[in-house]
Amino acid sequence: MKRHITLTVNGDEYSIAVDPWQTLNEVLREDLNLTGTKLGCGTGDCGACTVMVDGRTVSSCLTLAVSVDGKSVTTVEGLAPSGEELHPIQSAFIETGAIQCGFCTAGMEMSAHHLLQRNPSPTEKEIRAGLSGNLCRCTGYNQIVEAVALAADRMRAAESKEEKS
Amino acid sequence: MRLPKFEYHAPTTLKGALRILEQEGPGVQVLAGGTDLVVKMTLGRLKPKAVVDVKGIDGLDQVRFDPNEGLTIGATARIEQVASHTEVQRLYPALTAAAGVMANVQVRNMGTIVGNLCNAAPSAENAPPLMALGADVKLVSLKGERTLPLDDFFRGPGLTAIEPGEIMTAIHVPPPLSGSGNAYQRISARCGVDIAAVCVGVAAVFDGSVCSKVRIVMGAVAPVPMHATEAEKLLLGQKWTADLLEEAGRKAMEEARPISDVRATATYRKQMVNVLTVRALQEVYERAQTV
Repeated sequence: MKRHITLTVNGDEYSIAVDPWQTLNEVLREDLNLTGTKLGCGTGDCGACTVMVDGRTVSSCLTLAVSVDGKSVTTVEGLAPSGEELHPIQSAFIETGAIQCGFCTAGMEMSAHHLLQRNPSPTEKEIRAGLSGNLCRCTGYNQIVEAVALAADRMRAAESKEEKS
Repeated sequence: MRLPKFEYHAPTTLKGALRILEQEGPGVQVLAGGTDLVVKMTLGRLKPKAVVDVKGIDGLDQVRFDPNEGLTIGATARIEQVASHTEVQRLYPALTAAAGVMANVQVRNMGTIVGNLCNAAPSAENAPPLMALGADVKLVSLKGERTLPLDDFFRGPGLTAIEPGEIMTAIHVPPPLSGSGNAYQRISARCGVDIAAVCVGVAAVFDGSVCSKVRIVMGAVAPVPMHATEAEKLLLGQKWTADLLEEAGRKAMEEARPISDVRATATYRKQMVNVLTVRALQEVYERAQTV
């Protein structure tokens, strides 16, 4: 039997009917057409499906959609502040060549976002630990780590500028 | 990769959850973090007719420390909550080490320590440190509640002492005694993401340099986490010397009965039991001096 749930995705409120066996990944991609979030392994190993629920990264392939009733979800589509402007993490990924085939990118960026919210100046080791749940089959890890470090620098600079003004 | 169909229940009280377990009978599964259960369902290894999601039950998500009562970890407390808890970091570094490295960020954000125990993988990371620390678990059913030492909880790979209709509501760890230390050591082919090939949890109490209490628990070297009983006997009442620790490591190695699998050979696992046991024994002593 379908269940009615209400959830906020990237700031928009949705009221939808879902089957209990639908994962959050399926609902995001198939019902809400938010296909930025990928489905890789389906067993929580690869991180391609990573989204944030109430500020914490989770594997959307292992999250039942019914269980996010009343919660707030952020996907890669919600990372950019507007349709015009990219998030510093996204710009840094482009500039450092951290995107190859692109399949892991959305998950990588969400994990990077989670990391930088908690640790604005991570060391390389901390960046690698923070991204440990995300696999890149193109193996472009060095550029990805570089991108997160660059984004961290820029976000810190923007923060201190804001504080001064 | 679609999940099989099932009935979903999200009770808001423990009593409600227990009633559903009783009504549904066999074929019902308790869901907390979902990082084990949903994977098994996705892979078709489990096809429960009903799932009871306990995440919405009030008060089960606590990690609470009290100097007299010790540490309580609720059924839905996430792994990350335990890993980042300041009292746990200060007093139970063995737990922080196990919870902080296992799996990856997303799994630690979703999964629970109680779930890690209830799934009873031989390699369950949190079992050796919790057993070493003398933890017990609270099992509740409509008939009442019982407390079981974690030592008696594991029955085989994937098998536990949980009876039908029961839910593990909390793990309880006694407060650390003065002059005590605890440590956790693990090894795997890659970093934490990989399941531990061998892990060892140790807790000990010292009177000066003499050991008055010691518990050594090894994971991933037998069907269930096991005590290195002979090594414990050897150390008890003795002065903590480098030679003695070496001998204890060798004893633990003899006691371990690992298998060879994709993660490591039995021979390698045995040798690593030796190495990790000695490291953990050194660590507990150093920590006991600073507490």
